[in-house]
Amino acid sequence: MLPPVLGVLFDGVAYGMLLFVLSVGLSVTLGLMNFVNLAHCAFAMLGGYVSITLANDFRWPFLATLPMAFAAAAIVSVALERVLYRRLYRASDLDQVLLTIGLAFISVSVAAYIFGTANQPIETPELLRGSIDLLGIGLGKYRLFLIGVALAVTMLLVAGLEYTRFGAQVRAAVDNQRMARGLGIDVDRTFASTFALGSGLAGLGGALAIEIVGLDPNFAFTYLVYVLIIVSVGGLGSIAGSFIAAILIGVSDVAGKYYAPELGAFLIYLVMVAVLMWRPAGLFGRR
Amino acid sequence: MSVAATPQQYLQAQSRWHPLEIAFWLATLLPFVLFPNYLSLASQIAITALFALSLDLILGYAGIVSLGHAAFFGIGAYTAGLISKFGWGEPLTGLILAAAIAGLVGFAVSFIISRFRHFTLIMITLGLGLLAFEAANRAHWLTGGSDGLQGVSIWPVLGVFKFDLYGYTAYAYSLAMLFVVFLGARRLVNSPFGLALRGIRENWVRMPAIGADSRAHIRKAFTLAAAVAGLAGALLAQTTENVSLESISFQRSADVLVMLVLGGAGRLYGGLIGATIFMVARDQFSGIAPQYWYFWIGVLLVTVVMVLPNGILGGLSALYTRWRAR
Repeated sequence: MLPPVLGVLFDGVAYGMLLFVLSVGLSVTLGLMNFVNLAHCAFAMLGGYVSITLANDFRWPFLATLPMAFAAAAIVSVALERVLYRRLYRASDLDQVLLTIGLAFISVSVAAYIFGTANQPIETPELLRGSIDLLGIGLGKYRLFLIGVALAVTMLLVAGLEYTRFGAQVRAAVDNQRMARGLGIDVDRTFASTFALGSGLAGLGGALAIEIVGLDPNFAFTYLVYVLIIVSVGGLGSIAGSFIAAILIGVSDVAGKYYAPELGAFLIYLVMVAVLMWRPAGLFGRR
Repeated sequence: MSVAATPQQYLQAQSRWHPLEIAFWLATLLPFVLFPNYLSLASQIAITALFALSLDLILGYAGIVSLGHAAFFGIGAYTAGLISKFGWGEPLTGLILAAAIAGLVGFAVSFIISRFRHFTLIMITLGLGLLAFEAANRAHWLTGGSDGLQGVSIWPVLGVFKFDLYGYTAYAYSLAMLFVVFLGARRLVNSPFGLALRGIRENWVRMPAIGADSRAHIRKAFTLAAAVAGLAGALLAQTTENVSLESISFQRSADVLVMLVLGGAGRLYGGLIGATIFMVARDQFSGIAPQYWYFWIGVLLVTVVMVLPNGILGGLSALYTRWRAR
């Protein structure tokens, strides 16, 4: 049997990986444009519902729904970016917060209207069910799959940002937007692509999350808090920061629920406020 | 309006009572005559308006975005509720104590608040608000947790006016408090201190250069706003004789932000008008389909941000200016 400590650690890391996929897009877009997007988890929820609808109503295999979840969230987010978001890039924090909270409210009501308020189940393929034994330790297959996906996403992102032309433009725009514009980089277009990518990843995260945490219309707010905590603790615009913060939060959340259920979410909020007061830009933030 | 020659004249011109203001306050007495069945709602509106006014002091005037302002509302509500539960049901002293405790906590928190700006500030206020909620939720032995605080019983106001079922006393009491605090707030924002706050909102870095320390001003404004929010919470606890977890929740923080922005932040009447419209609309809508209420709030928020950046009052005043210019 799995010793509790290792089991909690494993579950925590898997949960952290899920949170990482959900939050990394917000981290990059916040670092790039300083745009406070509180509707980020609404895109994740959209991905989740796309995946569920395709799997349950159209009998698609679960794995085939994942790219569609990514694509749907990316397309919708770009449409919103073109119509609403881009007018507020230079507006105050307050206006950005209000617009995106408004969008999140709308998404919650629309989801409740279309899908009802009940938690939706999803059927994962045979391959991902159960657990495998490794050195006498039982590891959930789905959680292993989750860790694999998150690691693949991280490697793709890091490689994309480090070694491609687009990645160089994104880094330049994050470091110094004015200078990047001066060098002829189309920062607006770079941002739109990054925004689509980040929201797509959120959509993917939403689809992956169903098996672990379920999906109901309040997803857009419940996980927004976690995502914001990871982004602000990890530091805006830092992939490594989000990765470490996500593991930190994932493990402490699972461990907190296992060892000290009476504390509830207290621990995580406390960690966030403490880290922000110690380092206002987050653990890996530069500003 | 002529351009004022000196700052003193400018502030004096600002603080003169406009006939519309007098009409507004006379209109607040109408529910006693016109809608005697809705006095409980009217009392809730007055309390919410007071809460919105407190947020206006820091958000509208000093430009501090807070996503956790309900923490102080909740602290006030629980303080007032607990005082009465433990045997002292006198309302006015209860109010003062609740406001003082919320103000004290606000003073402590203001040292954190005044150090940060922008995204970090939003996250810290959100985190502190959630911490306060969790604390109230976990301290079941003290607050009753999700069951709410039971056993609150309030003595008659001034020893004479009992809290009745129809809400006559509740509305008169809440309205009187709203008016008194409003007078204070009006005096405050038309003082040099209020002017300095507006300066901080416009440029946080430049204000210290002309001799107004931003952080000290923000600390004072935040403490005051926390005390007023606590007062509003205490009023709710006393008039409903019950404190629920909802009074300290994120939902309340978000709602009050919506009201203020809808009415127009940075104007004293913005929060009052916004709270009235919001509460009346919610009362009407929630009978039909409560879960879709937030759909309309969302649509409203997007519209206000996109079309009416200064809220309803801002839009009206722009229309008025244009009409005068013709």
